[in-house]
Amino acid sequence: MSNLTKDEAQALIQEVLEVYPEKAKKDRAKHLAVNDTSVENQKCVTSNRKSLPGVMTIRGCAYAGSKGVVWGPIKDMIHISHGPVGCGQYSRAGRRNYYVGTTGVNSFGTMNFTSDFQEKDIVFGGDKKLSRLITEIEQLFPLNRGISVQSECPIGLIGDDIEAVSKASSKEIGKPVIPVRCEGFRGVSQSLGHHIANDAIRDHVFDREGGGNGVEPGKYDVAILGDYNIGGDAWSSRILLEEMGLRVVAQWSGDGTLAEMEQTPKVKLNLLHCYRSMNYISRHMEEKYGIPWVEYNFFGPTKVAESLRKIASYFDDSIKAKAEEVIAKYQPLMQAVIDKYKPRLQGKKVMLYVGGLRPRHVIGAYEDLGMEVVGTGYEFAHKDDYERTNHDVKDATLIYDDVTGFEFEEFVKRVKPDLIGSGVKEKYIFQKMGVPFRQMHSWDYSGPYHGYDGFAIFAKDMDMTLNNPCWKQMTPPWKASAEADQKAVA
Amino acid sequence: MALRQAAIYGKGGIGKSTTTQNLVAALAEMGKKVMIVGCDPKADSTRLILHSKAQTTVMHLAAEAGSVEDLELEDVMAVGYGNVKCVESGGPEPGVGCAGRGVITAINFLEEEGAYDEDLDFVFYDVLGDVVCGGFAMPIRENKAQEIYIVCSGEMMAMFAANNIAKGIVKYATSGSVRLAGLICNSRNTDREDELIEALAARLGTQMIHFVPRDNVVQHAEIRRMTVIEYDPKAKQADEYRALARKIVENKMFIVPTPLEMDDLEELLMEFGILEEEDESIVGKKAGEVA
Repeated sequence: MSNLTKDEAQALIQEVLEVYPEKAKKDRAKHLAVNDTSVENQKCVTSNRKSLPGVMTIRGCAYAGSKGVVWGPIKDMIHISHGPVGCGQYSRAGRRNYYVGTTGVNSFGTMNFTSDFQEKDIVFGGDKKLSRLITEIEQLFPLNRGISVQSECPIGLIGDDIEAVSKASSKEIGKPVIPVRCEGFRGVSQSLGHHIANDAIRDHVFDREGGGNGVEPGKYDVAILGDYNIGGDAWSSRILLEEMGLRVVAQWSGDGTLAEMEQTPKVKLNLLHCYRSMNYISRHMEEKYGIPWVEYNFFGPTKVAESLRKIASYFDDSIKAKAEEVIAKYQPLMQAVIDKYKPRLQGKKVMLYVGGLRPRHVIGAYEDLGMEVVGTGYEFAHKDDYERTNHDVKDATLIYDDVTGFEFEEFVKRVKPDLIGSGVKEKYIFQKMGVPFRQMHSWDYSGPYHGYDGFAIFAKDMDMTLNNPCWKQMTPPWKASAEADQKAVA
Repeated sequence: MALRQAAIYGKGGIGKSTTTQNLVAALAEMGKKVMIVGCDPKADSTRLILHSKAQTTVMHLAAEAGSVEDLELEDVMAVGYGNVKCVESGGPEPGVGCAGRGVITAINFLEEEGAYDEDLDFVFYDVLGDVVCGGFAMPIRENKAQEIYIVCSGEMMAMFAANNIAKGIVKYATSGSVRLAGLICNSRNTDREDELIEALAARLGTQMIHFVPRDNVVQHAEIRRMTVIEYDPKAKQADEYRALARKIVENKMFIVPTPLEMDDLEELLMEFGILEEEDESIVGKKAGEVA
C-alpha cells in the first residue's frame, strides 16, 4: 500500500475522531495533525495538556520524570522514594540506565530505597521516619555521595516537611540531602517532574562548597546533558566526543555522579541530547554561568556527522579538523552497515510513539537505512518539541500528541506501517496484530543506539525485528486452510 | 431498641465535647448503653467520662504496635461512668501528618472489630470543629451516623459554622441517609439567644432541640474531670442535660437541611442586631481616606 496523501491522512484523523463524544472530539482534534511542509511556520498541535479520562494515555507522572528519568541514574547517590513502596518498586531498574560501579557499595542505580509508608505514617507524618531512614542509609551504605528525597503523592497531601528533614539530615551526615517535590499528581505528565528535578539540581547541587570532581577546568571541557545511558548510549556517544579532542567531564545523568553535576558549571559547552528533560538546567547554566548549550542528535551516521560538526563549530580549528577525522574514520564502517541492511529495509514504513527526544531524533537513523517515518508523536512534549519536529518529518506525516489507545490502533490499521516503535504497553497489542514492534524506551533490552557503534546495533535490531520469519507464521491454521481454498478456487 | 448513631458537630470551642459527655452521662443514667467515639486529634472527647487526662488513642496504639491490624478492640476501648464505652481515634500533633486519615482508619477499625455490638443503644461521634476534609466527614458517611446535632450559640461565628456544617450535611444527605436532627444551643448569654437559634433552626428546616443555659457548675465538674450528672446529680444543670437526653431519645425530626445563603444569614443576624447594616461606602477605604 502506498503512503497516505495529505488529504487521506486528514480524512483518517476525522474518521478516528468521529467515535468520541463531542467534548472529547473537540479536545483530541487539537492534538492531531498532518504535517504540511508547504506551509511556512506551521501551527503546532496542542500539547502538554491534561489527558482526557478513559483514553488510555501512555503518560507517566511527575515522580516518574524526576526519580525515573533525571535523578535516578545518578549512580553514587541514593534516591529515596518517599511514600508507599509501589512507586519505587515497580519502576525499579526498568529503564536500563547502565553504569559502572559496584551496586550496593558505591553505586545504587538498580536498588530501590523507600520509606515504605504505612497508615500510621500518613496519619502522624513521615518526617521522623525519613530522618531515621537517612541515618540508617548512611550507616549501611557509607560510600553514598548524597541522598535525594523523591516525593510520592501522599507527601504533598499530608504536607511532610521534607525540606526541613533534608536540611537537618544533611548536617548530620555531612553530605547533600536534596528534597524533590515531584509528587505524582503535579502537572499533566512526567514532564513537570523533569522541570522540578532540574530546579532541585539548580537549588541544591550547584555552588556547593567542596563540590565538583576536582578536575582543573580545561578549554575543551564539555558535559553531556540528557543522555540516560540506556543500554550504554552515553558511552557510545562520549568516545566520539573524546576522539575529536573534547574532554567529557560530566554525563547527565546516565552513569553520572554528583561530583560530575557539580563540575558542570565549569565546562565550556553543554551538549544537550534530550532537550525536553534537561533544557531547563541548560538555560539556567547559560544565564548564570554563561555556558552556551547546543542540541545534538547521535542517532544514525547522517545526524551524528551533522552533530559532530555543529559541536566542533564551538571550538578551535584543531577540534574541527579532528571532528572531520572522526567522521571520515567511521564512514566506511557505517557504509558497510548501510550496505548490509538497507537492501533489507529500504522503503519500509515506521510509526513512532515515544517520549522525550526520540519521536524526532531517531527519524534520521531510519532514513539512513532507507526507511520512512510516516507517523510520530510524543507522550509529554511541549510546543517547542513539535516546532523542532516539523522540520524533521516529511509531508503528510501523521502527528499525534498524547495519543490515545484507540487512535493509535486505528492509525496503525489504516497506515499499515511495517514497524512500530513505542513502549512496552503498546508492544504486545501490535505484535498480536501482526505488526513488527520495537520497544523504543529501553531499546527492547538491546542498545546502545547512540553514536556510530549504536547505529550498527540499531540497524541489526530493526532488521531482526522486521524481517523476522515469525511474521509469516501469523495466520492460524483454520484461516490458512481457508486461504488455500480460496487460492484453489482462483 | 435499634442502635442509633449520632454525630456532634459545631464550631471549635463551642462546647461539643462537654455537651456530648454530659448528654451521654444523662443517657447512661437513664439506663441506655452508649459509646463515644472521639474524632479529634486532641483526644478530649472522653475525659469527663473516664476521669482521665486523655485516653490512649487508636492511632497512637496502632503506631506503637506497627499497624492498626495488630490491635484488638479491648486495647483501644475504655469503660467509664455508667458503663459508657469510650474510644478516641487520635491523630498527629498539630502541623504534621493527616488527622482526617486517622479518623477514617479508626472508624474502619471499630467497624471491622465489631465495636458496634447489638447491645448498644447509642453511638456518639464527637467531631473536631468543622468538616474540613473527607476524613472528618467519615462519621456521617453511609452506614455511620444517621443523625447530626450541631452545637451552637448566639455568637455570629458559631452560627456561620452551623450553616456551613449544614451545607456539608446536604452533600451526604443526598448520597446517603444522614439527616440533621437539631441544633443544641449551648448558651453564651447573648441577647435573645434562644429566639435567634430557634429562628436559625427554622430557616435550616430543623429545630432547636434544647437550650442549655450557662452554669458554672459545668466548669466545677470539668476541673474534677467529671460530668455534671456525676459530680452533682442534684444540680439544676444536670436536669438540663437530662432534658436534652430525653428529647434526643424521643426525637423524630430528621431532615435534610436547607442551608442559608450568606446574604440571608447576614440578614437574620441583622434582624437580631448581631450584625450591623453594612456601609458599602467605607469598603476598601483607608483610615485617612474615610476621614
